[in-house]
Amino acid sequence: MSREVFYEISPADFFYRNRDIAGFSNPARAVYSAVRELIENSLDASEVYGFPPDIFVRVTAEDEKSSEGTETYTIRVEDNGSGVPARYIPSAFGQVFYGSKYKLRQSRGTFGLGGTMAILYGQITTNSPVKVISSTGDRAIHEYELMIDIQRNRPIVLKHKSYKNEDSWHGTIIEVKIEGDYPRAMPKILEYLKQTAIVAPYANLTFVDPKGRLYRFERITEEMPKPPTETKPHPYGSDVETIKRIISTTECRDMLSFMITHFHKIGRITAERFLEFANISKKKKPRSLTNDDIVRLVKAMKEFKGFRAPSASCLSPLGENLLRVGIQKELNPEFISVKQRNPSVYSGYPFIVEVAIAYGGGVPRTGGIVLYRFANRIPLLYDEASDVSWKVVHTMINWKHYNVDPQDPRIAVFTHICSTKIPYRSVGKEFIADIPEIEREILGGLRDAARELSAYLTRRKAIEMEKRRIDIFERFLPKIAKFSTELAKEKKVPDVKPLLKKVVKYGTEEIQVYEG
Amino acid sequence: MKVRKNEVLESLIRLGKQIYNQLSLEDFPYVEMPSRSTRNIRYDKELRQYVLGDKYIRRTARNIRHIRPFTQLIWLADIVHQLIEMGKTSTLRDIYYMSQAYEVDFSDQAESDDIITDLESIISYAREDFNVFPEERSAIYGNLTIEYTVPKYEGKRLNLTVHPDGVMIGPALTSADFIDTDAEIVLCIEKGAMFTRLLEEEVHKKFNAILIHTAGQAPRATRHLIHRLNEELNLPVYIFCDADPWGMHIAQVIISGSANAAHLKELTTPDAKWAGVWASDIIRFKLPSEKLSELDLKRLKELEKDPRYAEEIWQKEIRVFNKIQKKAEQEAFSRYGLTKIVDDYLPRRLEEMKSY
Repeated sequence: MSREVFYEISPADFFYRNRDIAGFSNPARAVYSAVRELIENSLDASEVYGFPPDIFVRVTAEDEKSSEGTETYTIRVEDNGSGVPARYIPSAFGQVFYGSKYKLRQSRGTFGLGGTMAILYGQITTNSPVKVISSTGDRAIHEYELMIDIQRNRPIVLKHKSYKNEDSWHGTIIEVKIEGDYPRAMPKILEYLKQTAIVAPYANLTFVDPKGRLYRFERITEEMPKPPTETKPHPYGSDVETIKRIISTTECRDMLSFMITHFHKIGRITAERFLEFANISKKKKPRSLTNDDIVRLVKAMKEFKGFRAPSASCLSPLGENLLRVGIQKELNPEFISVKQRNPSVYSGYPFIVEVAIAYGGGVPRTGGIVLYRFANRIPLLYDEASDVSWKVVHTMINWKHYNVDPQDPRIAVFTHICSTKIPYRSVGKEFIADIPEIEREILGGLRDAARELSAYLTRRKAIEMEKRRIDIFERFLPKIAKFSTELAKEKKVPDVKPLLKKVVKYGTEEIQVYEG
Repeated sequence: MKVRKNEVLESLIRLGKQIYNQLSLEDFPYVEMPSRSTRNIRYDKELRQYVLGDKYIRRTARNIRHIRPFTQLIWLADIVHQLIEMGKTSTLRDIYYMSQAYEVDFSDQAESDDIITDLESIISYAREDFNVFPEERSAIYGNLTIEYTVPKYEGKRLNLTVHPDGVMIGPALTSADFIDTDAEIVLCIEKGAMFTRLLEEEVHKKFNAILIHTAGQAPRATRHLIHRLNEELNLPVYIFCDADPWGMHIAQVIISGSANAAHLKELTTPDAKWAGVWASDIIRFKLPSEKLSELDLKRLKELEKDPRYAEEIWQKEIRVFNKIQKKAEQEAFSRYGLTKIVDDYLPRRLEEMKSY
């Protein structure tokens, strides 16, 4: 019998061994994920501090001939975000599970894992350091070259220089060398950029690909969504681990103040009622809770009906106007209906659903309804058919009810879910589970939007028919005039314009608007 | 014939002026025409043909559903006006193809044929009068001399025995003047084989007859020619068809016209006689026969109620058909030898017809 060897692995080591789950499963996916993670970090860095993002991305091939298959690329992403203070740079970019995102508020990533994962993957495949240049807008710009000590999960600083920041520049530039397959990743990267531009119409996105082709998505508005505020956890969504973590740091001396201090929207009365319900003394010291006590507490938290719903102030939805502007900018459809739902809660996590339906114009023709899914302003591009939105669009809405042919290729549906915790079905973070509360909100929103679409289509049809009607008169009246003039052996053909004026039922302006 | 053409031309120009004037007054132009719906068709016992009632319909360019046929109508009037002025003729099919150059959107020939009928009923002239003819042709043979009135042939004469197969009945012949004949009767034959048979047997000589091959249901030009032979030359007309409901109706249309042409006169020959083959002939001459089909019986039922069949001779034969449930073709006489029909049947029948 061989002897089992147990040893601890570092988080960096763990993610290296399980790179599939972070979206680095193959060379094409790796390029896509790296670009995507770095862009999302940049967007977050700009938005949290209220700067309309200016993001520049360039992917260059090491071997300029750029043959088929896997090769080494340099990904460079520049932003105008808040920048990272010099002393945090090594940890922020050279250590897994380090970052500013541990708090409970909506952001694109949760733990800052994605960006570090891109760096880690680059290091593994090319054995090259990452270059980070950043400034918070103070007097210095710092440049680092870092590698990650995978086993110990520590940054290794290879180079550190600083420059004078004469223009008060703030932002971050990051350069990663990575092995991957750009040609195969290209369609997804472009689609990702386009969809990001839809939900971030206030951002300038510039992308230069290995062949030197420039893709630019221009900012169309300075308006940005209100940044989210941090919140305390809601008792309904707390688990044993969370409680333990809070207990280990709390300064509260009794359970009453513990409940009031550390949980969301709990006052004295609610706290007293709850502790009575949980059969835990309000005078009990938090640190004296046994494991069994904590399990009992968590169970009671799920069963107690007296908590107030979590507030949505920690959420940062896009808003109907921005979503509309974004869709208009990228797809230029002839009709858009946008609906934002009231905040709602699932398992103690607040969430807001925003939906939109667009019709015609530049909506890509794919032979059916095109679905655009977003979660916390991230486009979700994979595993569409497993997503809750797909289920709602394809199995729960009777489109015929809204005079819509589900095969009509001119329809695009957009769903945006924002929450402090998006219920992804898998660690790959590409599709959302069909939580009944979320399902209900998507359904309600899409029904409202579909009703507006239906009204639009009815009006459009009426105008089209009117246009056809006038076309017929415009076609035939001049012929009648011509033939009768010939037959009557007259010279001057009568003017039919006065007659054409008489056949217009609706205002002609409306028709011109429609054509325009 | 020239006078008639001028009248047609004038009617067409009047139509053009009417529409032109309406347009000049900034009114939506319209035309009125007798309704050809079945509710407005009645059988005129005196005229012994179908005629249109006094219901008129108005077709106006104000109406979205009317404007296309309205345009087609005025286009057609313009184009046939040109045809007549240039002394050219055309066919129903020609008209359909000509229309395509003018983008007046006929969806098929049936539609353009309809518009031609509309124009007929508006100006009260048959399409042959404005030089539009059908494709199907039937033939005529007999000692009749005609003089052409069509351009390039004006004044040229022709005797209708000139061709052993008979002369085709086309626009030139229909509009020709009758000059001279010694014929005493006109015999109309449904089928080509029988027509040829009778020519071989020199029926035209034996009976002093002009023979007309109707080629099934007689085309309008042929019906108009029969009308003229009867009207202008006072020749009695006898019609021979198959002994079945369809043959019977071929005779009836020559006599009292079709519902489709109720708006037209001079296409019927009310004095023409249905001379066979009758249902009763099947029994009398012991003709080889076949059973009447479902379709035949259905048609028979319709004819029974048709006012044109009110006379006793028709009703009697319909009763016989219903009783024996049999039908026979003209060729059935051949069972008793090739000449039986000429030697026996025809002389007897023509003799009998004198007493009708």
